[in-house]
Amino acid sequence: MDASNYLYISALLFTIGAVGVVVRRNAIVVFMCIELMLNAANLSFVTFSRINGNLDGQVMAFFTMVVAACEVVVGLAIIVAIYRSRRSASVDDASLLKR
Amino acid sequence: MGISTSLVYLIVLPFAGAAILLLGGRRTDKWGHLLATALSGSSFALGAYHLIQMVNRPAEMRPTSQKLFEWISVGSFNVDAGLLLDQLSICFVLLITGVGTLIHIYSIAYMAEDRDRRRFFAYLNLFIAAMLLLVLGDSYLSLYVGWEGVGLASYLLIGFWNQKPAYATASKKAFVMNRVGDMGLSLAIMIAFATMGTVSFSGVAEQAHHTSEAALTAMGVMLLVAAAGKSAQFPLQAWLGDAMAGPTPVSALIHAATMVTAGVYLITRSNFVFDAAPIAQLLVVIVGAITLIFGALIGTAKDDIKKALAASTMSQIGYMILATGLGPIGYAFAIMHLITHGFFKAGMFLGAGSVMHGMNDEVNMRKYGALRHFMPITFITFGIGYLAILGVPPFAGFYSKDMIIESAFNSGGVQAIILGSLTLIGAAITAFYMTRVMILTFAGTKRWDEGVEPHESPWLMWLPMAVLAVGSVTSGYLLYHDKALYKWLSPLFEDHGEHEELLKPIVVSALALTMVAIGVSIAIYKYMRENVDSIAPVDVSFITKFVRKDLMQDQFNEKFFMRPGQLLTKGLVKTEDVVVDGSVRAVARMAIGSGSGLRGLQNGFVRSYAALILIGALALIAAIWVVVS
Amino acid sequence: MMQLALEVGQTATPEAVMFWILGPLAVVAALAMLLVKKAVHSAILMAFVMVVLAVFYIAQDAVFLGIVQVVVYTGAVMMLFLFILMLVGVDSSDSLTETIKGLRPIAITAALGFGGLMVSLLGRATLGRDAVGLSAANADGNVEGIGYLLFSRFVWPFEVISALLVTAALGAMVLAHQPRSSKKSTQRQQSINRFRGESLATAAGLPAPGVYARHNAVDVPALLPDGTPAPNSVNASLKARGDMLDSNTFDLKKISTQVEEEK
Repeated sequence: MDASNYLYISALLFTIGAVGVVVRRNAIVVFMCIELMLNAANLSFVTFSRINGNLDGQVMAFFTMVVAACEVVVGLAIIVAIYRSRRSASVDDASLLKR
Repeated sequence: MGISTSLVYLIVLPFAGAAILLLGGRRTDKWGHLLATALSGSSFALGAYHLIQMVNRPAEMRPTSQKLFEWISVGSFNVDAGLLLDQLSICFVLLITGVGTLIHIYSIAYMAEDRDRRRFFAYLNLFIAAMLLLVLGDSYLSLYVGWEGVGLASYLLIGFWNQKPAYATASKKAFVMNRVGDMGLSLAIMIAFATMGTVSFSGVAEQAHHTSEAALTAMGVMLLVAAAGKSAQFPLQAWLGDAMAGPTPVSALIHAATMVTAGVYLITRSNFVFDAAPIAQLLVVIVGAITLIFGALIGTAKDDIKKALAASTMSQIGYMILATGLGPIGYAFAIMHLITHGFFKAGMFLGAGSVMHGMNDEVNMRKYGALRHFMPITFITFGIGYLAILGVPPFAGFYSKDMIIESAFNSGGVQAIILGSLTLIGAAITAFYMTRVMILTFAGTKRWDEGVEPHESPWLMWLPMAVLAVGSVTSGYLLYHDKALYKWLSPLFEDHGEHEELLKPIVVSALALTMVAIGVSIAIYKYMRENVDSIAPVDVSFITKFVRKDLMQDQFNEKFFMRPGQLLTKGLVKTEDVVVDGSVRAVARMAIGSGSGLRGLQNGFVRSYAALILIGALALIAAIWVVVS
Repeated sequence: MMQLALEVGQTATPEAVMFWILGPLAVVAALAMLLVKKAVHSAILMAFVMVVLAVFYIAQDAVFLGIVQVVVYTGAVMMLFLFILMLVGVDSSDSLTETIKGLRPIAITAALGFGGLMVSLLGRATLGRDAVGLSAANADGNVEGIGYLLFSRFVWPFEVISALLVTAALGAMVLAHQPRSSKKSTQRQQSINRFRGESLATAAGLPAPGVYARHNAVDVPALLPDGTPAPNSVNASLKARGDMLDSNTFDLKKISTQVEEEK
């Protein structure tokens, strides 16, 4: 079993997550896709940790998880705030950036 | 050379007056004129103190200097702002502050009714300060600052009554024509810096011996242009007549006694340049000779008393410029004539102001007449000035003008005969038009407008006139006696060998007096014999019409400088619009085009931004892929 | 499952079997996440992918991370997602029709290129040696090893990240907090409103749903004494969602008034 197989699957999951961010309109699904990308990166970290034989990669994946948790908390709070004022969870409805 | 620390106060005192009056605003209305007069007077007192100090020192120790601060220090180019008071500058300092103070006193009464009197005095003080800086600067650059300063003061004072468009235009004309001269001065400074690496008087004087004649000639010509601009010499003479739009004390101080003589000062100060550049010197003589005849001719046809006097000023400065162009034999006489002229011309202008004061500001001499009975003091002081300018002994002009005519005859060669004859003819024409002014104003019959009641001016006005009249009588003899001024100034100029005397001094004097007598006789014959019309006759000869139009000077300028200038400007505007602005606009259009093209990407949808990020990541990966493979 | 994962991690072949089963499943689940319409389904699929990743971590000797993945991600984060989903509800953003013209082809093309290049790069990258494996690093136990690193070499990032976590918690509170726009009415005020209002009809409280109708569910309006339905008896949010049923549905066509006599 070649450890690099995990890397391939990591790349695939990352790509799928990236497409999801672009094509899905529901802000919560978009967030989940971002989580998917972070998880894919984490899988790479863990795999490289195994390949290199030390635990640095795992520590880094651990940090990533914490940061992802922070991001989810703040991001979901933002979604709730936007939903309160606009009655919508669609990222397209928050398109005031251009004006 | 001595060092003095009080030179700067000569300038600071009047400058402070200008600053206080201009910045203080209406609060200073009540006492501003008194302060200005007091400061001008104290500057004169300080100048007199310096003169006494100088007289008591041996000749080589007389000049004093004061370094103010390091002004410009760029690489090898160093200019210190410094002052230099030597035998030449002290003459000017005393003339400027002395005549200036008298005119301040005169103006207190003359401008009493004007609601902007404070502003007027502020400008007068500003002028005194700038003029003092001009004559006290120890380098061409310091002189330039003062030179521009007097230009500014002159502009402000000519247009003092700028509510009248014609007066505002006159000030603009003076300003623009002066700029031509100022360009000459700045070019001269650049030439000095480029060829000699210094712009201080002492530095240039030292370097003049080692510099090529071509460079010195170029510099001399540029200095001459500068002098012609400031001193209203041919071909930049046209502004002086219009400058009479300013209040009469201004005409007396700036456009008769002091500022217009700055050109004479500049050439005299630059004697080391002109002595080494004969061609430039010859040009100076030619300019002076042309102007002295030119001005005198214009004077014969003027009905406006101030403009007649202005034409006379132009002509008299022509004498001085001619004298400076004669080289070392002429400098001292130019300065001497400058001083005596300062007295008698300022006196006459003040007299003209006094007449206008009594005649409801009427300036047309054809509407005067018989005023000697009504304004005796003005008549006497004006008459003294008249005799002085004619050169009747023992009045001041006799000594100074005769010396110039004498020098012209003694300058050697064919040139001497031509110049001598021209100066004599000038003297005759001067006698003619000055007699005309006298007769039209003070003699003959009344030709006044209705409701005019001439009266003598208050003592504040006639007192300065009287003082100047005394100067017009005595200054000539005092300066001539025992060659006082010549000896005083001679350390500044290079020695010159004895010139052969073409004509004996007594012969020259006799010739000059004869010419004057001819001029006076013609005038009396023409204007005393019959009554003068109060309206200028129209059916006159072609020559008269030509002279009345100031020898077509304005038309000439308009045809040969203004119109082509306008065409050039139009062309340049077009070029600027199409080429310069066009390329700028093209760049702008490119930016706008690419901007509006890219603006489509900025649609406000987060997801499209995310797509762009994805494309960016793709590009990054593709680049890595290319590099790796 | 964990014991199984640990065991298959030890030897090559079982791990491969596990990988080739779970790996494609994870990819399919991830793809399905994009394609399903309802966000709740997406969240379930996402949870599945995360659990698979947890198994992968454990299989690669990252036991601690595997557990954390299950507890933090699948347990906490995904539940938070579901919670917010329920709060925000269902709306038009769940639709899969693309509204920005040309975005989807661009995204898919770019993603295909990105993924393809990535895989191609990975395929060409060679390590030059076999994977070292973590048996040496995990000699004292995986948790001990990570703990040792966290509190020695990575102690500074660890502290920084703790500060970040606190900041995020505060930030979430600030963002989600909404100050009252009006003063909270007191009980006295409510009482006054009830009796001094436009009518006394509701002074005794609103009718309860269902109870007086022929159906006792909360989504059916009560019947008033005259037989008409009372819409204000049903909860406003049910009404707004359109979940209120018509009371007529439960009307009896014929009421039998005859009571069967007891024999």
